Amino acid sequence: MEVNKKPKFEVNNLNLFYGDFQALKNINMNISSNEITAFIGPSGCGKSTFLKTINRMNDLVPGVRIDGSIKLDGLDIYSDIDVIKLRQRVGMVFQQPNPFPMSIYDNVAYGPRIHGIKKKSVLDEIVEKSLRQAAIWDEVKDRLKRNAIGVSGGQQQRICIARALAVQPEVILMDEPTSALDPISTQKIEDLAVELKKDYTIIMVTHNMQQASRISDKTAFFLSGEVIEFGETGQIFSNPRDKKTENYITGRFG
Amino acid sequence: MDNNMGHNEVKPDSVNETDISIQYMKRNVKRDITEKIVETIFLLCALVGVLSVTAIIFFVFYKGIRPFTGEDAYSIKDFLTGTKWAPSENIYGIFYMITASVLSTAGAILVGVPIGVLTAVFISEIAPEGLVKIVKPAIEILAGIPSVLYGAFGLGVVVPLIMKITPEVQGQSLLAVIIVLSIMILPTIVSLSESSIRAVPKKYREASLGLGASKIQTIFQVVLPAAKSGILSATVLGIGRAIGETMAVMMIAGNPTAGMPESIWSMVRPLTTNIAMEMSYASGRQSEMLFATGVVLFIFIMLVNITLIKLTSKAGEK
Repeated sequence: MEVNKKPKFEVNNLNLFYGDFQALKNINMNISSNEITAFIGPSGCGKSTFLKTINRMNDLVPGVRIDGSIKLDGLDIYSDIDVIKLRQRVGMVFQQPNPFPMSIYDNVAYGPRIHGIKKKSVLDEIVEKSLRQAAIWDEVKDRLKRNAIGVSGGQQQRICIARALAVQPEVILMDEPTSALDPISTQKIEDLAVELKKDYTIIMVTHNMQQASRISDKTAFFLSGEVIEFGETGQIFSNPRDKKTENYITGRFG
Repeated sequence: MDNNMGHNEVKPDSVNETDISIQYMKRNVKRDITEKIVETIFLLCALVGVLSVTAIIFFVFYKGIRPFTGEDAYSIKDFLTGTKWAPSENIYGIFYMITASVLSTAGAILVGVPIGVLTAVFISEIAPEGLVKIVKPAIEILAGIPSVLYGAFGLGVVVPLIMKITPEVQGQSLLAVIIVLSIMILPTIVSLSESSIRAVPKKYREASLGLGASKIQTIFQVVLPAAKSGILSATVLGIGRAIGETMAVMMIAGNPTAGMPESIWSMVRPLTTNIAMEMSYASGRQSEMLFATGVVLFIFIMLVNITLIKLTSKAGEK
């Protein structure tokens, strides 16, 4: 239906090695804007590694080597885009909620501040807007000066999402954002993700197949560093083309 | 011990085979006694420290309070506010020494803490492994050098250098003390700061980098604030070390018998060196006044320790 839409990311023949170990094998994938793309697969299949490659967080791992290319709006993220600019455009939400040990306000204002915004009124505006977008404004508006470590895990995760949004990214990577949360918080994050895809491109790693089928538009199934199958979520879950995908989603392994 | 005594009649060789299982279940008296003895030894060892500190406090305070009591009591006010120390004239004023101790410690902290913290950042966050292998042992060796050698270094290198630029006639000065003390507190600052920086969870760094912060921004905006309580503890320990240092300071301070320090070029006489210089030959009132100096020093150290305990317990709550 959207065949002609230009992809946000084009991944071509991507291989990634940790020393001698090949963690990603020949990945080819186009990721569309304003959609939720889910990566599923058993532990150690490379889905998180791939996610972290998209905003070059893997650069931090010693001994990592990459060949092939990832293009963001046609520009190679390793050669054409400065890594700092890339991470501004491609934000990340981590598996464990990781707010900084500072106030809620300072957490959300952190990104804008390091990118040079100093004016209080502008920061106030960004903080409020981001917290509203992350659907947590009403819960924390009266305690913005309180330490972000003191709120519940689900609230922490939404503060982290607000913190990522405050940098005004185009893409949000979510690495199992609900795996440490209770079902109600999970529901909130899922609703939020669906809401956010209107304005952002969302790529989400999840262990939870129901989650992938509930909220994602496209799903990629990873196994042993390879993408076994990538397509419309409905098709992957109702009519997988590959036997391995079927075995995984029906719970035969993983 | 009492409850073990009742079982002493049980002798292993007096039972026959069928009783062996029962015998196994019986309390092992010999083992219980050994355990008690060992526990007592532990207790005694622990008491050595507690008794020593009590004895030192009692002794120093007992001797140090004497000159201010009785018939020919010396005025505490004159003692604490005086700026001249002349035992032969029965004048004992230590205010200029308190000032010297505070100034030299403050100076050492002002110079040593930034250098130490930045070294710790360098070792834990920036330096390639090869360089860490050079810097870290160098700092550790610094910790093991006896203070008399720091004094010799100060006298042989720092003082002559100061001689070249000082408006005064001598190189022994507050500045020399500050420089040498700064170096002496470095190992404490570096090793404690480094371990608290390393203890900052990786997830904070990832979050910051993921928002597009640079490495240096991440260090200053996230890592150091998160390591703040450890760095503060390091600073307080550094204060303790600087204020208590004697030997190295004595060799480079100049130790005048009177006069407030007027600039960093002035000679100074910190509390510690006052005690060390005269204690070996002093007697009577002079000796007691040296103990009184010790009491003042002790109060400073106690303040430092209380601060440290407060800081570390606060950090524990977080």
